[in-house]
Amino acid sequence: MRRNSKVLIVLVLLTVLIAACKGKNKPPVARPMPPPSVTNNPNTGGPPPAPPVPVNEPIPVPPMPSEDTVMSKSIDDLNRDSPLRPLFFELDSSEVSGPGQQVLQTNASVLKKYPGMQVTVEGHCDERGTAEYNLALGERRALAAKNYLVSLGIPADRIKTVSYGKEFPFDPGHDDGAWQKNRRAHFVITAK
Amino acid sequence: MMNHRLRFKLCGAAVIAASAALLAQQPQTPPPQPQQPTSVGIILTGEGGSQIRLAVPDLLALSNDRETQEAAKTISEVLWADLNYEREYYMIPRDTYKSIPVAGSITAVPYERWRELGADGVIIGTVERAATGIRIQLRLYNVRAQQQVLGREYTGSAANPRIYAHTMSDELHDTQRQLRGVARTKLAFSSDRNKEAVVATVEKRDVKEVYIADYDGANPRRITINRTLNIFPNWSPDVRSIAYTSYRTGAPDILISNIYAGTMEQPMKGVGQNWLPVFSPDGTKIAFVSNRDGNAEIYVANRDGSNLTRVTNNPAIESTPTWSPNGTQIAFTSERTGTPQIYVVSSDGSGLRRISQETYADRATWSPPPYNEIAFTAKTGPGFDIKVLNIGTGETRQITFGEGSNESPAWSPNGRHLAFMSTRAGRSQIFTVDKDGRNLRQITRDGNNWTPNWSQ
Repeated sequence: MRRNSKVLIVLVLLTVLIAACKGKNKPPVARPMPPPSVTNNPNTGGPPPAPPVPVNEPIPVPPMPSEDTVMSKSIDDLNRDSPLRPLFFELDSSEVSGPGQQVLQTNASVLKKYPGMQVTVEGHCDERGTAEYNLALGERRALAAKNYLVSLGIPADRIKTVSYGKEFPFDPGHDDGAWQKNRRAHFVITAK
Repeated sequence: MMNHRLRFKLCGAAVIAASAALLAQQPQTPPPQPQQPTSVGIILTGEGGSQIRLAVPDLLALSNDRETQEAAKTISEVLWADLNYEREYYMIPRDTYKSIPVAGSITAVPYERWRELGADGVIIGTVERAATGIRIQLRLYNVRAQQQVLGREYTGSAANPRIYAHTMSDELHDTQRQLRGVARTKLAFSSDRNKEAVVATVEKRDVKEVYIADYDGANPRRITINRTLNIFPNWSPDVRSIAYTSYRTGAPDILISNIYAGTMEQPMKGVGQNWLPVFSPDGTKIAFVSNRDGNAEIYVANRDGSNLTRVTNNPAIESTPTWSPNGTQIAFTSERTGTPQIYVVSSDGSGLRRISQETYADRATWSPPPYNEIAFTAKTGPGFDIKVLNIGTGETRQITFGEGSNESPAWSPNGRHLAFMSTRAGRSQIFTVDKDGRNLRQITRDGNNWTPNWSQ
């Protein structure tokens, strides 16, 4: 009996370990993705963790901009005080975090409210990566944000992606605060 | 005026043709045939086998005009610096022989005075007005033997007298040391020095354009004019074209500027996003990164975009390719183990192996033969440093040591020097350093400058 339970415990531990290892090897979000854009099918390339179900439920974020302000503003003015919020990333990561998912849900509801709105998601990186590699990392960040939006029902052809690597830092500083601001997917409205 | 410009162009074309001819023989490893009619087989040596001591006094200006006078001074200064750069000679500081009188003619050399100074060799020269610009005569004398070792005569435009010094330096290194000098090579890099902003963005974003300059930083020249990001320039082996990553269409794509023809090519014709192009050693192909199949992978295509082949196929990021000197292998960066590391693969995709064991490694760049080395950027602390990996022995040595952040190494065509970007002087600037870590030089000072690439 005692031996059996010991074996059982070991087995359970092993299972947990294997599961943990698997989890490490495969970050939940934004791993291999099918070709970007072109396809309109929202079923392709949805990131593994399904977003929380009630998408349109009010979330504790700034109030939705009123129709008038969005429609009356020029695109430049809209981007200066954008209804679409940036999404921030951890160092060397393109994983959409919990708070990041909230940001994207808000952005998705803005995009749903204004179906004519077209956006470009810019992937940005901090200076702690190399200029060369950061171009691919930024690309992956932009794509992660786009794929999440697509999984929330935004048509892929409304979202373009572009990586700027570490070429255009938002904060020119060289500290944690600056780096944090510079690791982002940044939304630029190109049409409304 | 017209005539002068034409002459300058012709001279430039001659220089290009000469370097192209040099390149044509380059793939065969033996050094180019020395062809010096005046002094076959005479090699200057140092006293008792020690390092040869050379002096380069001001050239003698045989015409009184200002242009000739200035050319005489410039050529001697630049020649001294060019010869000093390769460290084959001990270059006696020029201010120590200001008192030695300039010879009355190119043959009246005061040998005793140079002997007193401890010079083994002295380069005496003259500059004079010629029907087409200026004529320069340069002679290297053996001070002990009181004998001419090497003589050269150049005639051409006076617009850029530095080129005569560079040519003499390269010919001297070639004939005397069997060394391919770099004095006539160029650096390409991207820069924000023109201080323009990207059009139509809410945030102020500085334009980066591709520039070229002589290897010593002189004669900078802007290549791209499109007010956006133009980064990661890469020379074609014939030094007539530069491939680079441009955001001209709003997303990264490969452009090739033919810098003398003034034309531009877009080899990928708008398919996918493409970046970091590198010419194959024979110039017929480019390796690059593209997301056309969903994530960043390495591809190879002909220079015109045809015959596309995919080299890597992995869900991880693959980036930053470089060719082996014979064009059969490609080194690149992959984060398939969780951190960016350098891998080598045959250009058909077979024989993959990892070669770096760093916390973070990128921008592999393969040295020219006979060295089998890869320089790369490695994370060493808060910033990056340049390291060199010997592929044969597997040994890695560090070239820079945490003075600012140091990135994006590029080999000189003779494999003796590296150009790289460093923030050690505050802003981002291009530096060169010898592969033993000595002989550091700051090349750029105007604006910020990044991602150098060294021409053949």
